[in-house]
Amino acid sequence: MSTLRTVETDAISPFFGKLSWDSIPFDNPLPLVAFGAAGLLIAAVLWWTWKEGHFPYLWREWITSVDHKRIGVMYCILAAVMLLRGFSDALLMRSQQAIAMGNPGYLPPDHYDQVFTAHGVLMIFFVAMPFMVGLMNFAVPLQLGVRDVAFPTLNSVSFWLTAVGALLVNISLVIGEFAKTGWVVYPPLSELRFSPGVGVDYYIWALQIAGVGTLLSGVNLVTTILKMRAPGMGYTRMPMFCWTSLATNLLIVAAFPILTATLAMLTLDRYLDFHFFTNELGGNQMMFVNLIWAWGHPEVYILVLPAFGIFSEVVSTFSGKPLFGYRSMIAATMAICLLSFMVWLHHFFTMGAGADVNGFFGISTMIIAVPTGVKVFNWIFTMYGGRIRYTSMMLWSVGFIVTFVIGGMTGVLLAIPPADFVLHNSLFLVAHFHNIVIPAVLFGAFAGLTYWWPKAFGFVLDEKWGKRSFWFWITGFYVAFMPLYVLGLMGMTRRLGHYDVPEWQPWLIAASAGALLITCGIACQIIMIVVSIRNREALADVSGDPWDGRTLEWITTSPPPVFNFAVLPDVRGEEAYWGLKSTAREKKRLSDRPEYVDVEMPKNSPTGVVSAFFATVLGFALIWHIWWMVILGFLGAWATFVVFSWRDETEYDIHAADVAEADDERRRAKAKLLDVPHDGPNGTEGAPA
Amino acid sequence: MSAHAAKRGHGGHGDPNKLGHGHGDVPSSEAGPADKRIVVAYGFWIFLLSDFIMFAGFFAAYAVLVGETAGGPRPSELFDLTLVAWETAFLLLSSFACGMAGIAAFARNKFWFQVAMSATALLGTAFLALELYEFTHLIKEGAGPSRSAFLSAFFALVGCHGIHVTLGLLWLSTMQAQVWAKGFRDDILRRIACWSLFWHALDIIWVALFTTVYLFGMGQ
Repeated sequence: MSTLRTVETDAISPFFGKLSWDSIPFDNPLPLVAFGAAGLLIAAVLWWTWKEGHFPYLWREWITSVDHKRIGVMYCILAAVMLLRGFSDALLMRSQQAIAMGNPGYLPPDHYDQVFTAHGVLMIFFVAMPFMVGLMNFAVPLQLGVRDVAFPTLNSVSFWLTAVGALLVNISLVIGEFAKTGWVVYPPLSELRFSPGVGVDYYIWALQIAGVGTLLSGVNLVTTILKMRAPGMGYTRMPMFCWTSLATNLLIVAAFPILTATLAMLTLDRYLDFHFFTNELGGNQMMFVNLIWAWGHPEVYILVLPAFGIFSEVVSTFSGKPLFGYRSMIAATMAICLLSFMVWLHHFFTMGAGADVNGFFGISTMIIAVPTGVKVFNWIFTMYGGRIRYTSMMLWSVGFIVTFVIGGMTGVLLAIPPADFVLHNSLFLVAHFHNIVIPAVLFGAFAGLTYWWPKAFGFVLDEKWGKRSFWFWITGFYVAFMPLYVLGLMGMTRRLGHYDVPEWQPWLIAASAGALLITCGIACQIIMIVVSIRNREALADVSGDPWDGRTLEWITTSPPPVFNFAVLPDVRGEEAYWGLKSTAREKKRLSDRPEYVDVEMPKNSPTGVVSAFFATVLGFALIWHIWWMVILGFLGAWATFVVFSWRDETEYDIHAADVAEADDERRRAKAKLLDVPHDGPNGTEGAPA
Repeated sequence: MSAHAAKRGHGGHGDPNKLGHGHGDVPSSEAGPADKRIVVAYGFWIFLLSDFIMFAGFFAAYAVLVGETAGGPRPSELFDLTLVAWETAFLLLSSFACGMAGIAAFARNKFWFQVAMSATALLGTAFLALELYEFTHLIKEGAGPSRSAFLSAFFALVGCHGIHVTLGLLWLSTMQAQVWAKGFRDDILRRIACWSLFWHALDIIWVALFTTVYLFGMGQ
């Protein structure tokens, strides 16, 4: 403790650390009201669940579940809730900038800085990441034809640790503050000397804890994809979404440890007076910038590659054609995976590394456009000559292709170092990366959500509201972000709380109008979900294959049984399910009834949620320097794993008879879907041939 | 399905380590889900690779900052190679003991397993004690991590390895307890395999650390 600065030690009590009544921002009503409202809502929901007696069900079927499908759904729910939170930050910024011409607006600078930091952190780490991880978790084992991921309990731990990160960021609303540094916390601003509050500490520990979760889920999915595929599912037979998931999770495994190390260094600087990035004693700020982007650029592809996979599935399914250039798509995916580690310096050409270095990174950045272009053409050629069904998913995909190409081209502009010197840190850049992330990641997530929703819940989503949502989102996107390109060229820099250039204001008002259109889009999505739940009988997916799908997740029922497949499918080629369907249609009969055996499934475990509880305690204690609580949190988390390793029964059996019964129901539905006779449960013909 | 399953039976000739290779005409990539033993070890390897990358971050930071002594002591003025040689000896010997524990587990011999694990723990603790001595000694001499960016990077890199050794010892003790209480259950054997991978990985890191920090340091 002697190494802490004296100003800090003054404020630290042995029992409460830095925590005191002053930590709660009573003078700033906005976050308090927001948090109060959210808290009331959560309390009401909890009270209702308790009163209705749903708690045992929630605990048994969701909270302690190690089923990859349930965990995937919970990831998506977390992402959706955080999207609302991150989007409300966006509305605050847009309205502030729309009115703050020549006046301070309604958000004090102190608060405005937290808002833009929180917006970035939430959207990247707690919306885009969990959405993609959730969809991968849900769909990858189904597409591979297996029963779960490689490490089911670890999967639950990963999810709950991610949730802890989101919780800590939201706690910062009312206890203390959040970082005011921008979402990549550049030092020296993020050092103790310039950010003495707990904001940066909230950032560090929220991300470290969630980062452990992400890393573990990366390890889990890499192992699943490389070691757990159905018989016959060779590498070049995997659905494209599995390939892009593999690339993504390899990137997670290779990139997230860099973030862990970088944040650990910043932590040492802030907590123990180290000098990695300080102004004094040889610290090097640009090393932080290098390190964080060595993680940060691959992170962009971590987010976007699964979305590319979703678009590949959607475009192929709704064009009624196999994906064009399957192997070139794999090559492009892996090329992007590799190249994503070779471009990080384009985030700071202005560092002044010299013309040669900037030239190298400028060119390597432009080279990434080549495999990306391959992908775009593959999607277009998949559609070419197909019988396209313009469902809302297809709209998201086409909207993505068009918008993403524009965003990609502004990216190539920014990749030219001299142009970047002019545009660096301007709203042109902000427009560019939103132009990539929104159509690619968010539209991809929405397409994936609609695509796999029936698989998860047994009924499809209402198309009318889905399409309305799409049109609001895409027009809203263009109205909100095209003005930002103009403003960037007019010289407006990013992160401005207020300004005194009257020419900017009309464009900023237009951008706010765009944000309002996006609000309508989000409202349509909420209505879509409510309407669909109410009409779930009419929208039911009885066949388990509502889109005439081509990959293995559509062979099982909607929702699938806990074991996914009664027997692991026998894969004979690309598009395994399409092949089976075609054979069944040709031969006018389903495949032979297999021999059912008992299925072994992993038991539920509260390890994830309990260790997450202790991780929350640990994180909170570290943020506030409450050292006894740090020890308690650590010991608790460790004890949880020891208790887990002591379990005698880790799996349970589902009897062959039950498996057979479930499969019979599935076969009946498939026979009806394919218009072929269904053979009865005893192998006798149930209907005339 | 059944045809695949039959071909997939593990442990045939030409596959002594039951890795699932060499089964006629079915390529191993199409052989279906691998054994639990393989899946667990494979997953843990992936995790270890990610751990190596984290260390790579600290190594990179050290390489960048090693010259930034801010007027303070340089590496060659600080390091005592004799001490580091002893540390290295203890750690490498502990890995030998760890290997012995692996053989004992393979033979399902509880007694020798516990002996070998205790020897590993003892040697690991001796390593940590020496490292702790080195750290306190440096701090007393005014060469603590707050002195310069070079020393920050040094303490972080070597300390990160030390924390790994500490956690490895904690894990070791729970493995001893698990074998003592539950015996050589399949899942416990898999955990022992992961733990020993972890312990050997720390050796690999130490070899890199010994070379880049201490040996190169003598000339810096």
